[in-house]
Amino acid sequence: MKTIKVSLTFPPAKVTFPLMTMLVRQYQLEVNILHADIRLNKTGKLIVEMTGKKENIDEALTFIEEHGILYHIFNGMLTWQEDKCVHCGACTSVCPSRALTIKAPDYILNFDKEKCLVCGLCVKACPLGIMRLAQADNDE
Amino acid sequence: MAIKTIDEINEKIREGKAVVVTAEEMIDIVEQKGAKKAAQTVDVVTTGTFSPMCSSGMFINFGHSAPPIRMTKVWLNDVSAYAGIAAVDAYIGATELSESQGMAYGGAHVIEDFIGGKDIRLYAESPGTDCYPRKTITTTINKNNVNQAYMFNPRNCYQNYPAATNSSDKTIYTYMGTLLPQFGNVTYCTSGQLSPLLNDPEYRTIGIGTRVFLGGAQGYVAFEGTQHDPGQERMTNGTPANLAGTLALIGDVKKMTTKYIRAATYEKYGVSLFVGIGIPIPILDEDMAIKTSISDKDIYTKIVDKSGRTDFSQRVSYQELRSGFVEINGRTVPTAPLSSMKIAREIASELKTLIKQGEFFLTEPVELLPRHDKRLNKLDIRGD
Repeated sequence: MKTIKVSLTFPPAKVTFPLMTMLVRQYQLEVNILHADIRLNKTGKLIVEMTGKKENIDEALTFIEEHGILYHIFNGMLTWQEDKCVHCGACTSVCPSRALTIKAPDYILNFDKEKCLVCGLCVKACPLGIMRLAQADNDE
Repeated sequence: MAIKTIDEINEKIREGKAVVVTAEEMIDIVEQKGAKKAAQTVDVVTTGTFSPMCSSGMFINFGHSAPPIRMTKVWLNDVSAYAGIAAVDAYIGATELSESQGMAYGGAHVIEDFIGGKDIRLYAESPGTDCYPRKTITTTINKNNVNQAYMFNPRNCYQNYPAATNSSDKTIYTYMGTLLPQFGNVTYCTSGQLSPLLNDPEYRTIGIGTRVFLGGAQGYVAFEGTQHDPGQERMTNGTPANLAGTLALIGDVKKMTTKYIRAATYEKYGVSLFVGIGIPIPILDEDMAIKTSISDKDIYTKIVDKSGRTDFSQRVSYQELRSGFVEINGRTVPTAPLSSMKIAREIASELKTLIKQGEFFLTEPVELLPRHDKRLNKLDIRGD
């Protein structure tokens, strides 16, 4: 079994295409939608976690591509230099999944790895430039 | 009704008997004991803030070389510094960008590196004069070998600041961070209930000459800050509902620490400087006890649209902003701070310790800041 995190970009004409159902039925994948931004006649975006047999995932990705939907596999891991962090919160402002948060009572930067989409928005938003996406070995 | 004077408080500090609490601790004290009792018990309330403050910079007097140069153009690590003053004086502004690295490095980084004890490359040019014959100089400087270095920040400690959002269809990159399209997020920047000027909203004790904690050193309020605008609408508790007072601060850079002065780069916007400031507030009477007991739920700002598309404006309390979400047009929008509450607390707490140990004394303002009726002049575009 393998799990990947993938972003899917739907051209406006494809936003009504029932891709998730097909991934489940045809490729026996378990799909978990982490983030969705879909509106009629606009470019749509989904971030999905897929779990299944390696060959099924590979076939599913080919299927996705054949249908004109762009995909990008996230295969990194967010790291930052904790000793240099000032806990300002700028990274939390752009985090789409709220994996990065700063909350009462201590207002310390909190990171929930499970929620992270590895999108890298925080890396650019960090005013100190101390965040980066490192390669992770998440095969198999 | 005055309960005590600053002289009396300093006497207690000297004797190690002063009661010092942070502005956050003061909230509970006033709630439990009442303002009158709190004013009798507490001598000093400490505040703190650690925020990006663009209007900051550093004067350096490099010392004279042999033969001497009257520097007219100066670069520090390839960042231009203003040298249109005396021979070896220059001012490096926090937001000035590197000529080779652009936004990746700027004046703020030079200041942080300087405070961190690193060597800084100095290159200066001059036309050469009879009294200053040298025409160029290339050398390295650091905080141990320059003659003097002091921070002079024309505008710090903004009393309040609007929160930012973006109504447009595109992500915009601002000094309030990255703002996502269609009201995708809201950013705000304050230490709120711990913020210096929100705890002395009518500038009764903070004025020209006030000794402050600046970047880890003891500095001073030099003057009202640029854009000081006290005549803004006030809430009944005295705090402004918008931008209002500001402070110009000065302090010895050689005594500062990179724990409290940090360079920042905001994506596609530019460079700024995180400045750590703490100001002690003497509890002279019941009124100052009430003022310093203010909490985030009583402090308001407005959310504004930074895309420039609309004149959207929504009043909001800092308690709501700190909750992580606000409601805009019936939708729940995530909020995020840009100012570090964690370090603001460390500053308020460090200042408290310094005062308790008799290492930091309070000052009577030499002059009070303008409190009313000051209005900002706009820049008219005249001529061609």
